[in-house]
Amino acid sequence: MILIISSQNADINSPVDPRFGRSQFFIKYDTNTNHWEAIKNSSVNQRGGAGIAAAQIAVNHKAEVVISGDFGPNAFNALKAAGITMMTFLQDTSTVQDTIDHYKQGKLNPFE
Amino acid sequence: MKNSKALCIAVASGKGGTGKTTVATSLALSLTPQENVLFLDCDVEAPNGHLFLRPRIEAEKKAVILIPRIDVEKCLTCGKCVEVCQFHALAEIGKSIMIFPQLCHGCGSCAWHCPSKAIKEIKNPIGVLEAGLALKGIRFAHGILTISEPMATPIIRQLKKWQKTETGSVIIQDAPPGASCSVVETLRGADFALLVSEPTPFGLHDLKQVLDILKEMNIPGGVIINRDGIGDFQVDQFLKQNHIPIMMRIPYSTEIASAVAAGKTLLDVSSNYGLEFKTLFSQIKKRVMENETC
Repeated sequence: MILIISSQNADINSPVDPRFGRSQFFIKYDTNTNHWEAIKNSSVNQRGGAGIAAAQIAVNHKAEVVISGDFGPNAFNALKAAGITMMTFLQDTSTVQDTIDHYKQGKLNPFE
Repeated sequence: MKNSKALCIAVASGKGGTGKTTVATSLALSLTPQENVLFLDCDVEAPNGHLFLRPRIEAEKKAVILIPRIDVEKCLTCGKCVEVCQFHALAEIGKSIMIFPQLCHGCGSCAWHCPSKAIKEIKNPIGVLEAGLALKGIRFAHGILTISEPMATPIIRQLKKWQKTETGSVIIQDAPPGASCSVVETLRGADFALLVSEPTPFGLHDLKQVLDILKEMNIPGGVIINRDGIGDFQVDQFLKQNHIPIMMRIPYSTEIASAVAAGKTLLDVSSNYGLEFKTLFSQIKKRVMENETC
């Protein structure tokens, strides 16, 4: 399962970024191999359409689950059309690693 | 004046509520009937010039932008359109292309680049243009952006192109507040920018932004200080230091405020303003001519 998590820095121990389209980085995490990589969000400073561009990144990286603080309507529609599950952070989430643990423990709820 | 042969004056401010429309409508009324005036309310998100100039709307035109429609039979889902779209109005999701019309600027790049000619551009209405004769024979037109439509610049562009002007006439363009694309679109092609500010830190902050835009666009400008007497002296100091002329001062007065609230202009408050605005207009013409010769 490939997860994409919005992150403030290019590291798995970085604080999560509560925004999806305007997130500085995305951490791509493979639950089968525990391998991760950081993806820079090239659209972070775009005037508009950042949510769609971020959704496109998730689609291109074949993500099955995207975890962030919130999803705007455009990103939501694009991710939904792509069949990607959206989930939101728990209240006490501080790092990307935390939210991966929460996901593995089945604590996260889908965003609908 | 250079190309269109009409003198185009844009009224802008940066900060909202400083008196752009009060100045623009008063200027228009003071110039007629001697000048042939076309008034364009370019504040398409909240037009209010009609409240003061009272046009009788006689003409209407839909404002549209061209957005892509994809022929799925022809589409190869190669992603070229997504790649070239600067505004992320397209996304390649699985085996299809999703279109987000509200992000589309209508530039046509997607259709141009499509290798299988699968993209056709269709008209998407975003608002309406209206025109008619207003008080004292002023020719009036404004644009109204449909609520929830986010893109103001195409309708401003279409408004500016719509009404034809004769040689020697004067176009007054009332700009939206702020210092973003819609203000730039209003200023584009103007011969002179009249900036209405108020002597407050907020007024100064936004005035500086618009002055930077004028510099970038190489448009001469001058400042009117409205609500003179409130706030502080920072606007005055800044303009003095930067050699930017203060062309008029309008005092802070409850009489003016009540008149504006009742849909009246400065000319209704005092007939002196008629002369003041005529003098202002002569100064603007002089500045424009100087600018063109150098």
